[in-house]
Amino acid sequence: MPTPDQHWSFLLGRLSLDSLPLHEPIIVATFAGVALGGIALLGALTYFRLWGYLWKEWFTSVDHKKIGIMYMVLGLVMFLRGFADALMMRMQQAIAFNGNEGIFPAHHYDQVFTAHGVIMIFFVAMPFVTGLMNFVVPLQIGARDVSFPFLNNFSFWMTASGAALIMASLFIGEFAQTGWLSYPPLSGLAYSPGVGVDYYIWALQIAGVGTTLSGINLLATIIKMRAPGMTMMRMPVFTWTALCTNVLIIASFPVLTAVLALLSLDRYVGTNFFTNDFGGSPMMYVNLIWIWGHPEVYILILPIFGVFSEITATFSGKPLFGYTSMVYATVAITILSYIVWLHHFFTMGSGASVNSFFGITTMVISIPTGAKMFNWLFTIYRGRVRFELPMLWTVAFMLTFVIGGMTGVMLAVPPADFVLHNSLFLIAHFHNVIIGGVVFGTFAAINYWWPKAFGFKLDPFWGKVSFWCWVPGFWLAFTPLYIMGLMGVTRRMRVFDDPSLQPYFIVAACGALLIAAGIGAMLLQYATSILKRDQLRDETGDPWGGRTLEWSTSSPPPAYNFAFTPIVHDLDTWTDMKAKGVARPVDGFRPIHMPKYTGAGVILAGISTVFGFAMIWHIWWLAIASFAAILLTAIAHTFNYDRSYHIPAETVARIEEERTRQLAAVEGASA
Amino acid sequence: MREKYPSASRRLKQAARGALVLPLAALLSGCDWVVLNPSGDIARQQANLVVVSTALMLLIIVPVMLLTVLFAWKYRSGNTNATYDPEFHHSAKLELVIWSAPLAIIIALGSITWLTTHKLDPYRPLDRIDANTPVAPGTKPMDVEVVALDWKWLFIYPEQKIATVNELVLPEGRPVRFRITSSTVMNSFYVPALAGQIYAMPGMETKLHAVFNKTGNFKGFSANFSGSGFSYMHFATRSVTPDAFNAWVGQVQKDGGNLDRATYLELDKPSEHVPVIHYAAVAPDLFDAVVNMCVRPGKLCTGEMAAIDARGGTGKAGVLNVAALTYDKFGREQVTTAAPGMADATVRRFVRAYCADNRPLRASVARDAVPASLAAPTKSGPKSQTLGLVTTARPPLS
Repeated sequence: MPTPDQHWSFLLGRLSLDSLPLHEPIIVATFAGVALGGIALLGALTYFRLWGYLWKEWFTSVDHKKIGIMYMVLGLVMFLRGFADALMMRMQQAIAFNGNEGIFPAHHYDQVFTAHGVIMIFFVAMPFVTGLMNFVVPLQIGARDVSFPFLNNFSFWMTASGAALIMASLFIGEFAQTGWLSYPPLSGLAYSPGVGVDYYIWALQIAGVGTTLSGINLLATIIKMRAPGMTMMRMPVFTWTALCTNVLIIASFPVLTAVLALLSLDRYVGTNFFTNDFGGSPMMYVNLIWIWGHPEVYILILPIFGVFSEITATFSGKPLFGYTSMVYATVAITILSYIVWLHHFFTMGSGASVNSFFGITTMVISIPTGAKMFNWLFTIYRGRVRFELPMLWTVAFMLTFVIGGMTGVMLAVPPADFVLHNSLFLIAHFHNVIIGGVVFGTFAAINYWWPKAFGFKLDPFWGKVSFWCWVPGFWLAFTPLYIMGLMGVTRRMRVFDDPSLQPYFIVAACGALLIAAGIGAMLLQYATSILKRDQLRDETGDPWGGRTLEWSTSSPPPAYNFAFTPIVHDLDTWTDMKAKGVARPVDGFRPIHMPKYTGAGVILAGISTVFGFAMIWHIWWLAIASFAAILLTAIAHTFNYDRSYHIPAETVARIEEERTRQLAAVEGASA
Repeated sequence: MREKYPSASRRLKQAARGALVLPLAALLSGCDWVVLNPSGDIARQQANLVVVSTALMLLIIVPVMLLTVLFAWKYRSGNTNATYDPEFHHSAKLELVIWSAPLAIIIALGSITWLTTHKLDPYRPLDRIDANTPVAPGTKPMDVEVVALDWKWLFIYPEQKIATVNELVLPEGRPVRFRITSSTVMNSFYVPALAGQIYAMPGMETKLHAVFNKTGNFKGFSANFSGSGFSYMHFATRSVTPDAFNAWVGQVQKDGGNLDRATYLELDKPSEHVPVIHYAAVAPDLFDAVVNMCVRPGKLCTGEMAAIDARGGTGKAGVLNVAALTYDKFGREQVTTAAPGMADATVRRFVRAYCADNRPLRASVARDAVPASLAAPTKSGPKSQTLGLVTTARPPLS
């Protein structure tokens, strides 16, 4: 319900020339940069005639490997945006002292920290984790694709659609100025009348459709599509963690969808779920969003625990220590993650018994997590550890994450939380676990599985430069925040009046710059590796001495992954097969039934973006039209019976023969 | 109170303190880390808890980190002297240790958590001034009513009948009971030197009990983001001797203004960089009216609304009341005004009919209760309407 002074027209809703932030020079400059870069990119794509290739081979692809890679690219692009926000915050807080207002007015700064949080969680960490699961899980379980290949493509594009809306908010209108979880009443109509919170809602709702569907898809894949002989207790640990994560996604994302839907009802049709008025309860929102939000933390970290388990075992040249207890620890964490949400707001005034309950359940989670840490430790024990990049990241994770775990348990003690809640100590804590866990883990995973995805290793030099910038950079950036938390400095401040804090913020800013150098080195690593791909090529398909099935096929794997579905006899299947000298089948190939590529996912997500945009700007005719278009397209797609095709046996035979020659050449060279 | 705790936990705590905490605390007290070195007993105990829990966890964190470095170094591929056992992946004994070691720590920490969470519950009246001084029986804590406004803090001292903006002065050594609310969005009331924080939420009241043990100047602020003026939402906090406190109160009473409801509504409007303001007089029940979101004339208090609902609601007639019920749903509170005539004529009639039965109401609601002669009447349930009722005009606002 627009307030009287708000502009609205039938054709454009709330949108007008005033919606463009032309008065904010930083945004205009950014826009100019992005626009130029975008035009250059589009020009290059057109010049090199890549549109057709991209559309046919990637955008419409239902191949889980390509979708996985697209998720990683999306995560990386959004990571650069989210990190730019982080740099801006560090800059602002390093200079806004002694009456200096810094670079940003409140209206802009509040958007920056909100966007940073939202982007890093929803459009960086989630795509990274989903991308890894998408790429690795079917290969690890010996499947040819996921259960619902089209849904997989659709899920990716819905996530991308949400990301597109957030990016649009930078240049058209504004983003939310509420903090990343948009607590009401601040996010209600009364205190956020603009489009910012609506961008937030629709970006997350649209991306949430993708996340939920991808959770269902991967769960079904793991349950139903494992190779014969792969019992639950023979699943690779990464697949186990992926299973638990997808259970968490399916059970928690609907809560987020519901709570955002209720918030939209408050904002769009005047209900009172979370308003101050008419018995609305903002506290209910806080509870609901954290009932999603806490499992979300484990959605991010569990697969990363899986990554570290795979890497530690591989690079130590040993099976994972305590596989069974690792599995039970993962399952325990999955269950416990649902009964800890209140620790995010002990300070809301629940009774002591309620607070103690949630504090103690939170601490209990540290038991299985601690067990995991020990399992990695004893995997290294009596191993022969090769310190390639994935393993370097793993050791950095082990040393960093334990500190984050410790500060997390401190925050789980309610009276201690009363003095540390919302302080920079809290900020340092969750960056300690998210950067030290999820980000380091993602980099470890990229270095580990890159050769599988592209057939060549990543250049170790720039990788190590990146590593040695990132790890000290992280500590330099966040140790001052831990300290300032103990000095009682709270989060989300734009200006400070205590000049004695400035040195700490300057050190933190230096840390951020060091991390920026790490990111630069990482991008260089990718670039130089692509340029030097012939020197870095891996013909074996198993460059690290891997233990699980994905290393048994070629790099990159053929579209069908495995010419014959492997039979599993042991936990570390590929190690087992290598030990027994299982011969690769070289004849008797049969046609392989595969899903067909389709543009329906791109189209549906594209219309969803338009729908979200129309809802945000109250362009009702367009909202109705685009919603109808979504329904019609979805229905029309159900009439498309041409969903699959067979790869002819001759093609399979040709690809496999080539692979045989390749392997023979490798063996000849090494002999 | 100490006798209440199982001696095992106490001994554990003391042992932990003796071994690790004292040197650590000595080290830290040199720094200006107010969270670990506060001036109020509650914050002191919370700080101890931070240190104790850290120490407990370091018992396991330090060995893990050392082992990580040691193993990583010893079992590097270049070191062919180290044992290589590619089949070693299970050991019941080791597994027992790796599950039970964290479990033991968590049992200890969990017990401490249960005890301290109850003991340091912000709602719980204090039973000690500091470690050696119990609160004398019959001591009444000093009340301070705290209202988070956009973007400044209002403190009402009901006992002293004064109020301040952005300045909190407390007498050292006297227990204080804060009643906390907010006028618009969520904030968090936090004076690190005094005690841990608690949320300030509109339409709700939270409580905090605390005491200062030292005099001094400290900082207080909102610890929960509340919009564009958030960064400036801090207030000077002073802990002074009881005599100095009385002198300060006298000063405020002498030169302060009058915080009536109209002044409050003016103050409630969003503003930043608000200087300290003193009020020598405060409208009675202002805090309750803020909590009930009915400071503005013609607004229905949430307590009254609840009372109406408890009696079955107003039925369809309730539709007429919306303006009087609305606080901020269509914009900041001052944006919406009740439709003229609606508020007093229509609404009051409903309210009085439904509120004036013989069940006791909360004080804040009963404030407006009508004389029984006017209200007694047609009681037989919500449907037997109220149209015949005469109402008096609302009492003039203070």
